[in-house]
Amino acid sequence: MSIRQQTDAFDQAPSTAGCRVPYRVFTDRQYYDREQENIFKGNCWSFVGLEAEVPQAGDFKSTFVGETPVILTRDSDGSLHVVVNRCAHRGALVCREMRGNRASLECVYHQWAYDLKGNLIGVPFRRGLKGQGGMPGDFDMSQHNLRQLRTETVGGLVFASFSETVESCRDFLGPIVVEQIERIMCKPITVLGDQRQRIRGNWKLYAENTRDPYHASLLHLFHNTFGLYRSTQTGEALMDANKRHSLLYSIAASNDDAADKQAYGDARTFDTEFKLQDMSLLKGRQEFADNVTLVILAVYPNLVLQQIQNTLAVRQTVTYGPDEFELVWTHFGYQDDDAEMQAIRLKQANLIGPAGLISMEDGEAVEIVQDAIVGEASATSYIAMGGGRAEDADHLVTEGAIIGFWDNYREMVGFDLEPA
Amino acid sequence: MGLPTLEQMQLQHAAAQVNALHAELIDDDRLEEWPDLFEENCRYSVISAENHNRSLNLAAVFCDSRGMLVDRIVSLRRANIFPAHSYRHILGPTRVKSTSGQIVTTQTNYVVLMTRNDGQTSIYNSGKYVDEIDVSGAAPRFLSKTAIFDTHLIDTMMVRPI
Repeated sequence: MSIRQQTDAFDQAPSTAGCRVPYRVFTDRQYYDREQENIFKGNCWSFVGLEAEVPQAGDFKSTFVGETPVILTRDSDGSLHVVVNRCAHRGALVCREMRGNRASLECVYHQWAYDLKGNLIGVPFRRGLKGQGGMPGDFDMSQHNLRQLRTETVGGLVFASFSETVESCRDFLGPIVVEQIERIMCKPITVLGDQRQRIRGNWKLYAENTRDPYHASLLHLFHNTFGLYRSTQTGEALMDANKRHSLLYSIAASNDDAADKQAYGDARTFDTEFKLQDMSLLKGRQEFADNVTLVILAVYPNLVLQQIQNTLAVRQTVTYGPDEFELVWTHFGYQDDDAEMQAIRLKQANLIGPAGLISMEDGEAVEIVQDAIVGEASATSYIAMGGGRAEDADHLVTEGAIIGFWDNYREMVGFDLEPA
Repeated sequence: MGLPTLEQMQLQHAAAQVNALHAELIDDDRLEEWPDLFEENCRYSVISAENHNRSLNLAAVFCDSRGMLVDRIVSLRRANIFPAHSYRHILGPTRVKSTSGQIVTTQTNYVVLMTRNDGQTSIYNSGKYVDEIDVSGAAPRFLSKTAIFDTHLIDTMMVRPI
């Protein structure tokens, strides 16, 4: 048996169907560094939190844009701000807590103090002590603020950008994404809690995963078994005009067991006769008039907004390096949920997240790729299901949105970095 | 403070024993026997201290019947895909916090070590159990078991009970 290497001919003509991504973009530090500059600090809007996480004046939350530590604050006038969590003096973390409430931000090292917008308001011994020391006479407080990011909200989701030139957040997201955000964020929400998952793989493997309806019914077997989602169900895979973002949704339609068995053929075995002892796990309510029961909205570069049955959550990607990232899941419900609805959401939370019966496999899916591509300098993946182009599909047997992601990535980062 | 009574020592011993068996069944992959340690109408949850300390109820795992525990195990065996691994629980002393009739409330520190296929063993999860144990029957059973974990960063996934 001959061992055929995949070629590194990834710089194909645009007319060629199928997308090849060199595996080194997942392992080479050069790509990671350029992503931080060109994507996370570049012309993008990154998700940093929910307004509901900082409801009161003085509330703050520590988080990250890519790998850069930032603080989301709500000022006394109600406005939201995102600043880099790094003192303008000698670079210490200004905020060392995950969340809390403060009137100002103070660095513990030398007690430089900033208001909640990030403006420097206090420097101890600025004029010296008993005539000794002090800052130079031309020291200008206003030149030493925390780095302030542009901050905009859409439907209660807070986004931040390092870029002064990027379009407005709403334009960056595009109408399809805005419509989906506003669909789920249709009324005041209440945070139910967070889950944090560390995955030993490259963050872009998860960006692929969440733009990939093809794997859903093949990898996540629990889901199939109960007809929550099947490729034979009605659904669509859509993108924004720039093909950065991806919307996968499906509508609860009639399930046809015979058609499913035919569709899966001899794929990995799963048992359609499998019954839960306690069906209360799947008890839910139809919340949305459109009958859509699954929405996976993957927003470039670092957010997924999801509705799976009655579970509502955002998933934020925090990068640690080329081969590690964290997923922060923040679950929420609506403020007007009754007690039964709250109980439904908390029970259905068993389905998603790192211990989720239907989604726990995604971490493993990322890691088995990362483990297999180690040290690979030239081989590429091959992405072509559904036709091999970044096109919308009125079905879920497609990888078109993954190609849309890579088209954007190639534009912002490129595949052609020279090996270090 | 006087010495414990015989009854207090018996309760403490029973609670420690059922916790030790709980760990043993999981670590030795005898997961099908694990739900039998719980009452039919039990509660089992694995929740981060990050949520618990904010009085937020969102748990990684939340079951409110023995049937749900069985379903978790059947799912693990038949549906879920996960990296090969094993657990080893290290339990601290079980302390009886209170008793009410035949129900004993206890607290036990734990560490779960995980060993993956590459042979490396790491601290996977660490926290405390807060349990309500029914000692009225032939064998003590959990009326509720709550694992409150400090390790809020879950490594890859959580498929096995804590």
